[in-house]
Amino acid sequence: MNIVVCIKQVPDTAGGVKFNPDGTLDRAAMLAIMNPDDKAGLEAALRLKDEYGAKVTVVTMGLPKADAILREAMAMGADDAVLVTDRVLGGADTWATSQTLAGALRALDYDLVITGRQAIDGDTAQVGPQLSVHLGLPIVSYTQKLRIEGDYVIAERMFDDRHHVLKVKMPCLLTALSELNEPRYMTPGGIFEAFQKPVTIMGRKDLVDTLDSNIGKVGSPTQIAKASDKVRKGAGTQYIPEDATDAAEYITAKLKEKFII
Amino acid sequence: MDFALSQEHAMARDLFRSFAQNEVKPLAQEIDEEERFPSENIAKMAKLGFLGIAVPKEYGGQGCDYLTYTMCVEELAKVCGTTAVVLSAHTSLCQMPILHFGTEEQKQKYLVPLAKGETLGAFGLTEPGAGTDAAGQQTKAVLDGDEWVLNGTKMFITNGYYADTYVVFAMTDKSLGRKGISAFIVEKGTPGFTFGTKEKKMGIRGSATYELVFTDCRIPKENLLGKLGQGYAIAMDTLDGGRIGIAAQALGLAEGALEVTCDYVKTRKQFGKTLGQFQNTQFQLADMATRCDAAQLLVYRAAIDHDIPKKSSDGMCSSMAKLYAAETAMYVTTKAVQLHGGYGYIRDYDVERMMRDAKITEIYEGTSEVQRMVIAKNLLK
Repeated sequence: MNIVVCIKQVPDTAGGVKFNPDGTLDRAAMLAIMNPDDKAGLEAALRLKDEYGAKVTVVTMGLPKADAILREAMAMGADDAVLVTDRVLGGADTWATSQTLAGALRALDYDLVITGRQAIDGDTAQVGPQLSVHLGLPIVSYTQKLRIEGDYVIAERMFDDRHHVLKVKMPCLLTALSELNEPRYMTPGGIFEAFQKPVTIMGRKDLVDTLDSNIGKVGSPTQIAKASDKVRKGAGTQYIPEDATDAAEYITAKLKEKFII
Repeated sequence: MDFALSQEHAMARDLFRSFAQNEVKPLAQEIDEEERFPSENIAKMAKLGFLGIAVPKEYGGQGCDYLTYTMCVEELAKVCGTTAVVLSAHTSLCQMPILHFGTEEQKQKYLVPLAKGETLGAFGLTEPGAGTDAAGQQTKAVLDGDEWVLNGTKMFITNGYYADTYVVFAMTDKSLGRKGISAFIVEKGTPGFTFGTKEKKMGIRGSATYELVFTDCRIPKENLLGKLGQGYAIAMDTLDGGRIGIAAQALGLAEGALEVTCDYVKTRKQFGKTLGQFQNTQFQLADMATRCDAAQLLVYRAAIDHDIPKKSSDGMCSSMAKLYAAETAMYVTTKAVQLHGGYGYIRDYDVERMMRDAKITEIYEGTSEVQRMVIAKNLLK
């Protein structure tokens, strides 16, 4: 079984968020980590590998420094790594990103594709579903549990108040929730081995059946008008009421003031 | 000259830091308070290969260098001095002499399970009358047919009782002085090998420190480690590497105390200002950080040099690293307690434990005075 896991390098919020003048994220200026949902997806793939035997390939699109998360994934147990990087791919929105990843995945063998539900930088949850459409794969999004039965994946899809159990024939695509599992730690020896392994680099020319009009900033229908740091909330004011009636009067007055009631 | 870590080493340090913060730190206070061996930490570390970091892959280890192992001890010590010393004694004092002096059969039988974390190791050199003066061994080993018969007592043995494999030193020919000392591998459970007093300590209270008692303890002839009479040389070589482990423990304790103190002085207010806004605090922190950094450079240099045999032979680097890191640990943790004021003296605060843990680093695996002797001897030869 060949499993491809799409992972993304995202800004570590502990290091602060910085923007380019055009409103896109200045990824080069930020500390970076593997997106948590993607890490859960990788862990799911590694558990399938442990249980059923599989070759796990991780794919990321990003700047050359995204190599770090590919090494981390290999130190956790991934077998191969692919970095899709090219200047013409920069500034991509979810559409252009999913088109690019689809172009890369067409060049790879896979029975199962796993992506994270969403990345903590954009929070769109669009790339996984879009990728399934481009590749013509059935999709189970919000996967919280899975196992393999022959050529089928049995997956639990999370809903607000229930879950659906779906039986899907491979090849198919799953988007993983971080609730799916607790990702394993790397091993010290695994880290040093990971840096000895080659990482396959793919550029624009290596993308299969991908139109120029669908990649990079040019191929991105979404244009960011403005981006900024979240405005911090004030400390608030403390009001100590005399009694319950006073408290109720104070609250209703405040709610009326804000036209809530 | 580049002082930056390689990408591999930086990633390994991130791994150790993450593990220490998430898995070890939450238990540190409880382990100290209850004087409880941190078995759960050791089991988790075994699973991740931490118990075989510096052992070659062909013997079940991770195949990493000494610097990687050193950084692991450092990161563990930032949050728990106890867990750090368990790893240090297991690796430096038990695995390394078997790796460097053991026969292939001994490596397969003892080193492989130690490196895989299936067994835990310890080292028995110190005796009631032979501490710094390691040559004054009273424990005797006499060859009787195909077996060595051991009699005597070892004390202050880290990982005692919990360890499965012990590297033990005994006099095989008293007339030869230190050249009459030999090293042996002894398994827990061997008839005649029992455990005496468990020491009650000031710090690193979760680490098990036991007396080992040998009463007509018979071990196979092939459990002689190295050559007959090579024991003292094996002990000194082992302690040279062990000092780097303890230096890393001391470094971690100092860095951990500094981190905790920086967080504290940013929030603790007196006279309407945070403590960090007072110049006295700033100067203290600057001195603490500078010493930590200097200690780290010495420790990392010693660790890197340890992998180069010709450089590690005189023991100078490891002695300097241990001396300075241990004294830095005492300096920084004492300052940390002072900056915490009354809270620093309360067991609810980490710095109280860190200061108690730091003291032993100036004593075990060669006191600061012994390190000065080694350094001076090299200067004057």
